[in-house]
Amino acid sequence: MIRRAFDLLLLLAGLWLIWLALNSVAGDDAIAGPGDTLRHIVAMAERPGFMRHVNETISAFVQALGIAFLGGLAIGLWLGAHRLSGEVAEPILVAIYSLPKVTLYPLVLLIFGLGMPAKVAFGAIHGIIPVAIFAMNAVRNINPTLLRTARVLRLDLKQTVTTVLVPAALPEIVSGLRVGFSLTLLGVLIGEMFASKRGLGFLVVNSIGLNDTKTIMAVASMLFVFAAVANALLLALDRHLHHRRELN
Amino acid sequence: MSRVAWLRLAVILGLIGLLEALCRLGVINRFTMIPPSDMAEALIKLLQQAKMRAHIGETLRNVAIAFVLSVSGGFVAGVVIRAFPRFRLALDPLLATWYAVPFFMFYPLLIVIFGLGDLPVIMVGVAFAAVAMIIATLNGLDRIPPVLRKVARLHRLSAPRRALLIDLPCAAPYLLTGVKLGLAYSFIGVIASEFIMSGSGLGHEIAFAYNNFDNRTMYGLMLFVIVVVTAANMALHVYEQRQIRKRSRG
Repeated sequence: MIRRAFDLLLLLAGLWLIWLALNSVAGDDAIAGPGDTLRHIVAMAERPGFMRHVNETISAFVQALGIAFLGGLAIGLWLGAHRLSGEVAEPILVAIYSLPKVTLYPLVLLIFGLGMPAKVAFGAIHGIIPVAIFAMNAVRNINPTLLRTARVLRLDLKQTVTTVLVPAALPEIVSGLRVGFSLTLLGVLIGEMFASKRGLGFLVVNSIGLNDTKTIMAVASMLFVFAAVANALLLALDRHLHHRRELN
Repeated sequence: MSRVAWLRLAVILGLIGLLEALCRLGVINRFTMIPPSDMAEALIKLLQQAKMRAHIGETLRNVAIAFVLSVSGGFVAGVVIRAFPRFRLALDPLLATWYAVPFFMFYPLLIVIFGLGDLPVIMVGVAFAAVAMIIATLNGLDRIPPVLRKVARLHRLSAPRRALLIDLPCAAPYLLTGVKLGLAYSFIGVIASEFIMSGSGLGHEIAFAYNNFDNRTMYGLMLFVIVVVTAANMALHVYEQRQIRKRSRG
């Protein structure tokens, strides 16, 4: 544990050095140094306008994540449980997954209009597919004995889903949620970067226009820390669930 | 073709037909979306323009360069990282969070380092795609059964021969997954950075058409991207299926 923490510190130190080196090679006009960026984060946090951007992004992200998780689970469980639909749909899902979805953003804007709903929709379409793919594969790999037991016990659809399918597939579902989490965040931010007047993505694009490298690096580091912490928590949950299943 | 493949074709054609009908009947107004047949027609007209062909050629070339660089670089990086287990353990959180940060925000930095032109766009594609390949390489090398390593030792294979005869074929399915993801992410990285930042290329043309209410160009190009990416993916998918069949036959 101590060794892992030490390794993590070493990695952070390494990143810090690379950052410093980039800063000294490219100069302040291209990339703000780490010290400046940290000071800038503190200064930004005190500005009242800043929290508005953060709240906007968080609110869009939470909504998008909810849609991606629930929608992805529903699609994945259905496609996993119903063999034929799964086989028909899987290559289509994979094809949609690999599309550069930015190209579709104008379509999303035309359907949802400018503002919150478009961002939420864009985040959700990024996250929903991986959640569905992972959930589908998880349900397919469930031990058939469990499903037969469910039938012997005459469980209805709802009971089968909540007491057999979801618990048995939970570890893989959590892995899917982890991937979906990152992609949803990416989707929301790209959405804000292209057509928005609020949110962290807008802040970044605006700073790129003004060549305000301090703000760019400040937002980038905050996003990174947020994503890393959330990911570490989900990863711990993931490992715990996989481990527990192996014990049973 | 199998029954599943026919059904899949029917589902896709049905969806396109439904979209066409909804657009033609006016349920979806033409300002939001034009009928798929019109998109195809617009695309054919666009492909006849030399200017548009130049943009498309530029994007495809950048994607190809980003793809080759990220797959080869990602593979080498994966092999190196795997050789240092402690380094790898520390690197894990970085790799896991990579895809949550929109890389395009470093575009200004990339311009300073790599200059104006295609290189920054390519580098965003590489930054996006290489990590998928690194993860796939690590995964593939991890899954080599220990017994095969023992076989290699029994046969007194030298390290290069072992890599060629045992490690590589064994990790191949996982590497192929990385190649597939690498292709997808190269497209995403290149087109997205053109879309948001650059002044040329397919992504920029779509954003430009959107800003000018030029729906026919916009949807024609969207169709082009969808068709090209799907075709490239399908080609890899077919290749993968063939490999799997070959493997199961032994």
